[in-house]
Amino acid sequence: MAEHMMLIDLTKCTGCRACQVACKEWNSLRAEKTVFNGTYQNPPDLSYDTWTLVRFDEMKSKDRLKKVKWLLRKEGCMHCEDAPCVQACPSPGALVKTPEGAVVHNPKYCIGCKACVVACPFDIPRYSPKDEKIAKCTLCYDRITEGKVPACVEACTTGCLEFGPKEDILARAMARVKEVNGSLYPNNGYKTHVMYIIPDYARIEEYSHLNPDPRVPATELWWKNLFKPLTLIGMGGVAGLAVLHYLIKGPHKVEDKGTEGGDNNA
Amino acid sequence: MIIGSNAAENHPVSFKWVNEARAKRGAKLICVDPRFTRTAATADYYCPIRSGTDIAFIGGMINYAIEHNRIHWDYVRNYTNASFLVDPRFKTATDLDGIFSGLEDGKYNKKTWQYQLDENGNPKRDPTLSDPHCVFQLLKRHYSRYNIEHVSNVVGCGDPKAYERVCDLFTSTCKPEKSATIMYAMGSTQHTYGSQNVRVYAILQLLLGNIGVAGGGINALRGESNVQGSTDHAALFHILPGYLKTPKASQQTYQRYLEDCTPVTHDPKSANWWANYPKYASSLLKAFWRDVDLEEAYGYLGKIDDGKNYSFIPIFERMAHGEINGLFCWGQNPAVGGPSSRLERRALAKLDWLVVVDLWETETASFWQKDAGVDPSVIETEVFLLPAAASVEKEGSISNSGRWAQWRYKAIDPPGDAKDDLSIITELVYRLKDLYRTKGGALPKSILNLSWDYGLKDVDGRIHHPSTREVAKEINGFFLKDKIVKGKLFKAGSMVPSFAYLQEDGSTCSGNWLYCNSVSDTENKMMRRSTSDPRGLGFYHEWSWCWPVNRRILYNRASVDDKGRPWANDKPVIWWDRIAKKWQGDVPDGGWPPGTKYPFIMLPHGHARLFAPGLADGPFPEHYEPLESPVKNFMSSQQVSPVIVRWDKLTHREITCDPMVVEGCVAALYGTEAAKRFPIICTTYRLTEHWQTGQMTRWLPWLCELMPALFVEMSEELAKIKGIKNGDKVRISSIRNQEGIVAYALVTKRFRPYKIQGNLYHQIGLPWHFGYKGLIKGAIANDLTPFVGDANTMIPEYKAFLVNVNKVQGE
Repeated sequence: MAEHMMLIDLTKCTGCRACQVACKEWNSLRAEKTVFNGTYQNPPDLSYDTWTLVRFDEMKSKDRLKKVKWLLRKEGCMHCEDAPCVQACPSPGALVKTPEGAVVHNPKYCIGCKACVVACPFDIPRYSPKDEKIAKCTLCYDRITEGKVPACVEACTTGCLEFGPKEDILARAMARVKEVNGSLYPNNGYKTHVMYIIPDYARIEEYSHLNPDPRVPATELWWKNLFKPLTLIGMGGVAGLAVLHYLIKGPHKVEDKGTEGGDNNA
Repeated sequence: MIIGSNAAENHPVSFKWVNEARAKRGAKLICVDPRFTRTAATADYYCPIRSGTDIAFIGGMINYAIEHNRIHWDYVRNYTNASFLVDPRFKTATDLDGIFSGLEDGKYNKKTWQYQLDENGNPKRDPTLSDPHCVFQLLKRHYSRYNIEHVSNVVGCGDPKAYERVCDLFTSTCKPEKSATIMYAMGSTQHTYGSQNVRVYAILQLLLGNIGVAGGGINALRGESNVQGSTDHAALFHILPGYLKTPKASQQTYQRYLEDCTPVTHDPKSANWWANYPKYASSLLKAFWRDVDLEEAYGYLGKIDDGKNYSFIPIFERMAHGEINGLFCWGQNPAVGGPSSRLERRALAKLDWLVVVDLWETETASFWQKDAGVDPSVIETEVFLLPAAASVEKEGSISNSGRWAQWRYKAIDPPGDAKDDLSIITELVYRLKDLYRTKGGALPKSILNLSWDYGLKDVDGRIHHPSTREVAKEINGFFLKDKIVKGKLFKAGSMVPSFAYLQEDGSTCSGNWLYCNSVSDTENKMMRRSTSDPRGLGFYHEWSWCWPVNRRILYNRASVDDKGRPWANDKPVIWWDRIAKKWQGDVPDGGWPPGTKYPFIMLPHGHARLFAPGLADGPFPEHYEPLESPVKNFMSSQQVSPVIVRWDKLTHREITCDPMVVEGCVAALYGTEAAKRFPIICTTYRLTEHWQTGQMTRWLPWLCELMPALFVEMSEELAKIKGIKNGDKVRISSIRNQEGIVAYALVTKRFRPYKIQGNLYHQIGLPWHFGYKGLIKGAIANDLTPFVGDANTMIPEYKAFLVNVNKVQGE
């Protein structure tokens, strides 16, 4: 199957979260026992059991005819072309970039080292201490290779989500962005298989948890080219990797990740 | 324009088409709502209005349209009653400071609301629209008070310039080739003047020539996916299927009933479609009782006492007085969904028996349990819970907001003992017939003679697997004997091809004349799934079936001029083909050549009503404050609708089981001490993540995680005054429920105080999805809402009432 892409046209998102539920249903993900947290956003963050979610950001606006902005954004794996998580992953087969464009994790081979968690410029893969593995959106690899669209796209009520061959989606994105006088994301040359159209009334920086300048972290290039082949031969064990990882990155802190990709620009 | 609706959240699929209109045709979206909703989030313009001020907001647009000549004159002159002359004694609310002529003892005497008639009995007309007594001049006078500044002050939008720009944008569709549509829902209807809210939309759209055209209309987004179907098939007390009238006690003979219900016109150009009333009524009686003559069948029909109301509020009021013995709650959860739901739960305890048919044990089914906060040992009601099949576990039709009746198939069998509705009711019919046969009872014949042929009979003479396909055939109707109609012979048992073939003499049956044409001898058209749309206008004539006779746009004869030429050439609905001498495009609203019949064929005069003398509370919509409002009415000195239906006035008695309700209904008016104690406006609403009372969604973990608890939305300004932080537990109380209910505070920029005549008024909002059963629980928002209804329909005023809100101390 040829390379495919997903377009998330935020001018059309109504935050209905059908995508969020469809994802859980298709992938048989557990419901989380959530509590009220002061927003409509729930579960509050991506997790091992929540691979996609709509983020809600509200702010005042200077537009006289619309004095508030409520930005709605479906978040999930961006399926990078040159995926840092795949590069970082020391366990063969645990994270794979497929010819279709999907970055797919395989729990069978995941050793729970969290290298991908650190490497991801979008803070997407999530580790579960209980399951000792990571999980994230697979672009519904099991659906798209059967000629179906991902579950979220299938469920999308408003036409916000589109999925198709790469060239078609790119052309569609270019046309649409002109139509709505919006902007594309990512717009810094970083290549992904998921793209956003940002409405004219919003700026990228106004969306929470959206890295304005995604890049492959410098540590990853270093790791990939030098250390990864060596360690795989030399160490060949989970414990060794964990030690190494600790040496390079220090203890894993969820709070810090938002800036980490940006700070370590290559 | 989306007003009184939150389409993005509550009708998400409808929003796909809103988006398509914006993408393909450059449509602009205006969202009018007290809250900044997810609809507002994607709209081009957002107009905040205080709950219950729709008539002021739209009335201002009407005044703007008239003052700025934004009128589709040909349309207004020829297709509406603008030119009709009204009794010179009629006075508008502008003349009488908020009321219309004829108010006597809390009710309108409508004798001055009549047209002046000519010698043939037809309304006199002034095509120049200049006679001071013509409808247009009266309308102009009535709305002359609704100017931009004044309306901005009433609705509290705080920015007259912004309002003016929206008026300018919307009324720019007065050009014949332009159109605008209005989508509305319960935000419009659930007010003591809910009918008039919808009427005011209709008046605006008629002035702009936006009814019957492509992209026009006023579109009710129905509250559930099959509310349209349930209304068409009359799950209401005052109508029979197909909007026929429920007979009254005073109409003792069938003849008298037909005479009362069949309108007459003396104008040859008026099609007066309801003249066919007897054909539809006879066919309906024959669908109920195939083997009984019409007069006897009419005798079987239940009659309502003249002037009595049997809608939701009066039913529960009577129940609370112990006057109702038993209740079937079929897919309904009044313990959570009804107004003043505490009262409704107490009323349920006065029943001898209650049957609940639902997917889970609802709050209604468990009103007697400890969960409900009551002592089960003192409740004597016998409760039966019948497990029902979900929508995917049964087959049948669903009629959507666009009147499309779409067939749905069964995907899986229902679990356990759960049964589809038809199986449950079939079993009930047999048991009732047995009981009436063996034990007798009052009026046994209507049950004993009831026709029930929805499937093959087993050896015991009974149907054990009833089929909705057979029901669909009866709804369409068939010939009961061989009959020649319009020169064609129809054999007994053959389907009636359309309602034009239904008979008055009892030779046809039809369960609902509007659905006649949905099933033919060869196919059930509701099952069609062709996406062919040759003209690209979105009609999809071969996708399912649309009542009436597959007409996709009602009143489409109003989309053309008197020569049959479409107002908008780029999006014609119908047009007259002069060579073929017939209409092309959509199924026309009657096949008569252009200019020979008036387009609004369901009205006796054939003209759409800018002036509607049939309503209880005035021929023109007038702004009143909700029954509970902290604001003085600045439009007139009439604070609330003068003919508001209050249950205590209706019945002249008090509800003894809950004295607070009595106080609540009368005490929270503007200016009273009670209103000062409860100064905050509250509204209730739904979220996209839950469904109605939550009886289905609060049992599904994937939906529970999205919206796990009851919250109350409020502005940062109000939260600051009250010392409330986002996420705090707060108590919301009303005059009816002073101990109040507890919810989490959601402090948001999306709520703003309203500035009215220099004062700030705060509004909060509560979802009503929560109750005491389910995986997630929460307080019931309707424990606060008033037990008061619209003057015409008795729909409860859920959308505007007064509360107070305070932080729960120690939390």
